[in-house]
Amino acid sequence: MADIATTSKGSGKLDMQAEPVILNIGPSHPATHATLRFVAELDGETLLKLTPEFGYLHRGFEKESENATWTQVVPYTDRLNYVSPLMNNVGYAMAVEKLCGIEITERSKYIRVLICEISRIIDHMVCIGTNMVDLGALTNFWYFWKPREEAYMQLIEPLCGQRLTTAYTRIGGAMCDLPEGWVEKCRNVCKNSFLPAIKDVNALLTKNRIFIDRTMGVGPISKQDAIALGFTGPCLRAAGVPLDLRKDEPYLVYDRFDFDVPVGEQGDTCDRYMVRMEEMRQSVRIIEQALDQLPGGPVNIDDTRYVLPDKTLVYTTIEALMQHFKFIMEGIQVPAGEVYSATEAANGELGYYIVSRGGKGPYKIKVRPPCFNMFQGMPLLCEGQMIADLIATLGSVNIIAGELDR
Amino acid sequence: MTETRQSIVLSKLAEKFGDAVVSTHSDFGDDTALVRRERIVEICTFLRDDPDCRFDFGMDLTGVDYLGEVPRFEVVYHLYSLEKKQRVRIKVRLHEEDPAIDSVAAVWPGLNWYEREAFDMYGIVFRNHPNLKRILLYEAFVGHPLRKDYPKAKRQPTLGPQE
Repeated sequence: MADIATTSKGSGKLDMQAEPVILNIGPSHPATHATLRFVAELDGETLLKLTPEFGYLHRGFEKESENATWTQVVPYTDRLNYVSPLMNNVGYAMAVEKLCGIEITERSKYIRVLICEISRIIDHMVCIGTNMVDLGALTNFWYFWKPREEAYMQLIEPLCGQRLTTAYTRIGGAMCDLPEGWVEKCRNVCKNSFLPAIKDVNALLTKNRIFIDRTMGVGPISKQDAIALGFTGPCLRAAGVPLDLRKDEPYLVYDRFDFDVPVGEQGDTCDRYMVRMEEMRQSVRIIEQALDQLPGGPVNIDDTRYVLPDKTLVYTTIEALMQHFKFIMEGIQVPAGEVYSATEAANGELGYYIVSRGGKGPYKIKVRPPCFNMFQGMPLLCEGQMIADLIATLGSVNIIAGELDR
Repeated sequence: MTETRQSIVLSKLAEKFGDAVVSTHSDFGDDTALVRRERIVEICTFLRDDPDCRFDFGMDLTGVDYLGEVPRFEVVYHLYSLEKKQRVRIKVRLHEEDPAIDSVAAVWPGLNWYEREAFDMYGIVFRNHPNLKRILLYEAFVGHPLRKDYPKAKRQPTLGPQE
């Protein structure tokens, strides 16, 4: 817990002119979006010192995973970044597949790219929308909420039956193939929901005088500081470092698509907004290309060590029934070893460090949550600025308590 | 191409620090070096500054508890180089009686909180750390929950309003 000096000085009355005022923000405050807490030392409205504190949403993901089988961990990963859960599923599945040496099918790779990019778009929409609500611009929030809802209703829910707790990927593939008509729906949502909403919000904000006054130069960070603090994702790119794992360490099939990586200059709230807006457009580009190239074929690999046998076989043959039983009761067997697998999630590098000692479950899982570093950098971003800028900055770095606290 | 370059990092490390590098491997394509704890800050500074390495990102740091093995604990660093686009994993083994290691928060400020988390979860002490206290859990929490001998269902004192 942060130490708060509560001893009263002198006559017991605080001299507001001379003493810094300690203000507690959170843990349950609308502008913190999640259960986060700040202890702010204020001189008037200027932030002298900021102490971030968190852990209110800690639920022992890593401890729990050590007692689960490899497949049982997948639903736990939904709860990390609950704004784009599909990306966590993909990141986890890729890490375990690296450990098993599995090469997933082409179709599965494309599906993973598609769900990742849809998740990136809705994640950025939530980030920008809520950030603008904090700055008093509610309209953008609803303009972005509608396409997000479309994505949930037409794409994500038909795909995995859930909105947020998706648990879609499996080791060696996915829970199921794309439902019928999904490709057309996806094209339709991109064309008629995502792009018009981005255009509308762009028209409302990008040249808006109030928006520019509230965000430009607010919460800036230099290239060197951002690298030293381990920033990744849009916050790092806004500072001018073009690090994007989709380009730099192409995983899945990202090397087959033509897309750009936007970078900012100042690393301030405005740049972070601009980078996110452009990334959404680029993600739509990737989705369109991926839909064009989407190959047929199976989603799961043909290897009964990792993938459940076909249901019709389970009901008709004893071998498949036994296979199914063993698979469910004992879990898949993953060789011993350790891997670190990183993917470019909506917030930055989502890393999974997994230690296996053989057997049915992980020996250790460590998640590297991207917003951990951003939250750590909050004092650097905000100290010396006004208290209202803290709110603008906090919204723009996109802290998701689910992955921050694990 | 990347294969040869990555082994350069490991061979440079072995060449420069000799005995301090206990073993290296590249299983699953992840370059890994197990080093001795005495020279960890020196090794990290070298990895950050050497023109062939340039690991300017301290991406991740965590502890692992290998209960029953000697030494029991392990601290794992994951580094990334923006310029060379390469990764390396550094590991250090720590004995149960003295789970302490020098902090690298001065080398990569971003690892400051990761060290606090490792302290919180495993009780690993990072010497010279600017602010080594619990981070995800609260001060009144007893024990270190990610240690393998910590029971999963153990109850902790609940915090009420203080007098």
